[in-house]
Amino acid sequence: MVISTEGLSFNFGNQQVVRSLSLQVPEGSIYGFLGPNGAGKTTTIKLLLNLLKTDQGSIHIFNKELQSNRISILSQIGSLIEQPAIYLHLSGRENLLNRALLLQVSEKRVDEMLELVHLTGAAHKKAGKYSLGMKQRLGIALALLSDPKLLILDEPTNGLDPNGIIEVRELLIRLVTQHKKTVFVSSHLLAEIERMATHVGIIHRGEMLFQGSIKDLETISQPQVQVELDSTVDAANLLKKRGYLVTDVNDNHLSVPFMSKEQMGEINSLLNQNEYTVYSIRKVHKDLEKLFLDITQKV
Amino acid sequence: MKGFLLSFRSEFYKTRKTMGFWSAVLLPLAICLLLFMGFFNKSDHLANIPGFMAWLQFAGAILAVMGSLLLPMLIVFIAYSVNSIEHKAETWKSLFSLPIAKLSIYSAKYFYALFLVFLCLALFVLFTVGFGNFLSMLKPSLKFNEYHIEKLLAQIYFKLFLASLGILSIQFLLSLLFRDFLKPMGIGFVATIAGVIFANVNWQYAYLYPYSHPMLTIKGLVNSKMNNSPTMPQITVDIFTKDIFVSLTVAVAVFILGYFIVLRKSVK
Repeated sequence: MVISTEGLSFNFGNQQVVRSLSLQVPEGSIYGFLGPNGAGKTTTIKLLLNLLKTDQGSIHIFNKELQSNRISILSQIGSLIEQPAIYLHLSGRENLLNRALLLQVSEKRVDEMLELVHLTGAAHKKAGKYSLGMKQRLGIALALLSDPKLLILDEPTNGLDPNGIIEVRELLIRLVTQHKKTVFVSSHLLAEIERMATHVGIIHRGEMLFQGSIKDLETISQPQVQVELDSTVDAANLLKKRGYLVTDVNDNHLSVPFMSKEQMGEINSLLNQNEYTVYSIRKVHKDLEKLFLDITQKV
Repeated sequence: MKGFLLSFRSEFYKTRKTMGFWSAVLLPLAICLLLFMGFFNKSDHLANIPGFMAWLQFAGAILAVMGSLLLPMLIVFIAYSVNSIEHKAETWKSLFSLPIAKLSIYSAKYFYALFLVFLCLALFVLFTVGFGNFLSMLKPSLKFNEYHIEKLLAQIYFKLFLASLGILSIQFLLSLLFRDFLKPMGIGFVATIAGVIFANVNWQYAYLYPYSHPMLTIKGLVNSKMNNSPTMPQITVDIFTKDIFVSLTVAVAVFILGYFIVLRKSVK
C-alpha cells in the first residue's frame, strides 16, 4: 500500500471532521476520493501531508510512519490542495523556477513541465493574469516538478473547461500506466472519478462509506428490471398490488429490483395478460451517480 | 542548513520584484536624497561651520526620526511584507508540504526579514556618508570632507540594528499569525507610540520594553561622552547597554516561541 491509515480522526474544535478513517491506496492505482463538499476530503489530504496534526490514528505512506519520516516521505509526494498556491506577481515560469530552486530540480525540467501542461506560450506572463484553468494547470505542473512517486491532488479539475478536464484525466492515466506513479485524487463528481479511477473511497461527514476497486462499487449497485411501456403509472399500481416493489416510475419506464430471470418473465406475462404493451424489458445496473447519492444520503 | 539556505535564496527570488524588498533600498535613498537637496539649497546657512557640526546636522536629521518612528514602522512593514507574500498567494500549505524542515522555512523567513532591516540601515550609513561627501564636492563651503564620521555612524546604526531585533521578532510573529495588515500594523503603531513616550519621560523600566529601544539608543547618543577637541571631537558609542541585551533576549525568546507556534499551528 502506498497510503495506509488506521483509525484516522481529526477535530476542528468540538466538531469531528474526520472519523476513524482507514484508507488503503494500492501502488499504481488512481484512487478516487469521493465525497460531497464538506465531507472531510481536504482535511484528510492535509493530514496526509502533515499540514494538520493527527488527533487519533496512524498514517503510513510508502510503508513508513508519516510523523517520524516527514521529510523523506514528502520528498516523494507532489500535491495540489484546493486552489493552486501560486505567487501572482511572478510569471508562471518564475513560479516553477522558485519551486525548482527549493527542490533542487533543473531548469530543463521546468521547461518540460511547462510544455506538459501547455503553458510554454504563457510562461512569461504574470500568473495573476492567468485564467482559472491556467492556474490549475500551473498547480499541476508544480506538483509534478520533482517527479514524485505519489501525487495527491485535491479537486484538480476544478475550474477547467471540458478540454482541460479531458487533458488532466489523460495525463493522470498516462502517469499511472506509463510512469508507474500512484495518484490520489479527490472530487465531488462521481462521473469524473468513474472515468479514470481504478479504486474508489467514498467519504461522507468524515466517515468512509465505501472503499474498494471500481468494479466492487459496480457490483454492490443492485441491478434493476427496467420495463418500458405506456401508462407506466397504472402498470406500477398493478405490480404493487401483486406484491412487487416498484422503485422508480416515470413517463417512459418503471423499475423493479432484479431477483431472477424467472421473475423477469413473470412480470412480462403479468403485464401482457393485463393488456399492457411492453416495448422492452431488461436488466440494468443502477448507475453509479445514483448509487453515490444513495450511499451518501442514507447516512 | 541546506534547507535554510535554499529557503533563504527562495525568499530573495520571490520578493526581488516586490515593494517589500525595494522599500528597504529606496527608503534610505529617498530620504538621503531629500536631505541632500535641502542642504544643497540651504548651503549658505551652513557654510563654514566645522565639519563635525555639519555632519551632526546632516546625519542627525535622519537619526532624530529614525528612533522615534521611522525604524519601528519600517520593521512593521518589512515583517509584514515577508509574511504577506505567503498569505496572499495561499502558499503556506505548499511551503510546509515541501521536503524541507519547518525550522528551515521559518528561520529562513525570519533571517530574510532581519537581512532586509540590516540592508536598509547599512544603506542609510552608505547614502548619508556618500551624499555628505558629494555635497562638499559640489559646494566646497560645506566642510563635510574635514571630518570622518563613517565609523561613528556605522556604530550608531549597528546599535540601532540591535535595538530593533526585539521589535522585529514580535512583529514577525504577529504578521505570521494575522493575515491582514491592520492587526500587526495597529499593534505595532500603538506599541511604538507607547515606546517613544516611555523613553521620553525617562520611565525607569523603559529599557525592558522593546518598542522603546530605538528611541533609547538615540537618546543615549545625546548623553554620550564627547571629548572636547575643537577640531576632531569624538563621540563614544556604548553599544552593549542593558536595553540592547533586553532587545536581544526578547528577539531570541520570541523567535523560539514563534517556532513552536508554527509547529502546532494548523496550516489553512
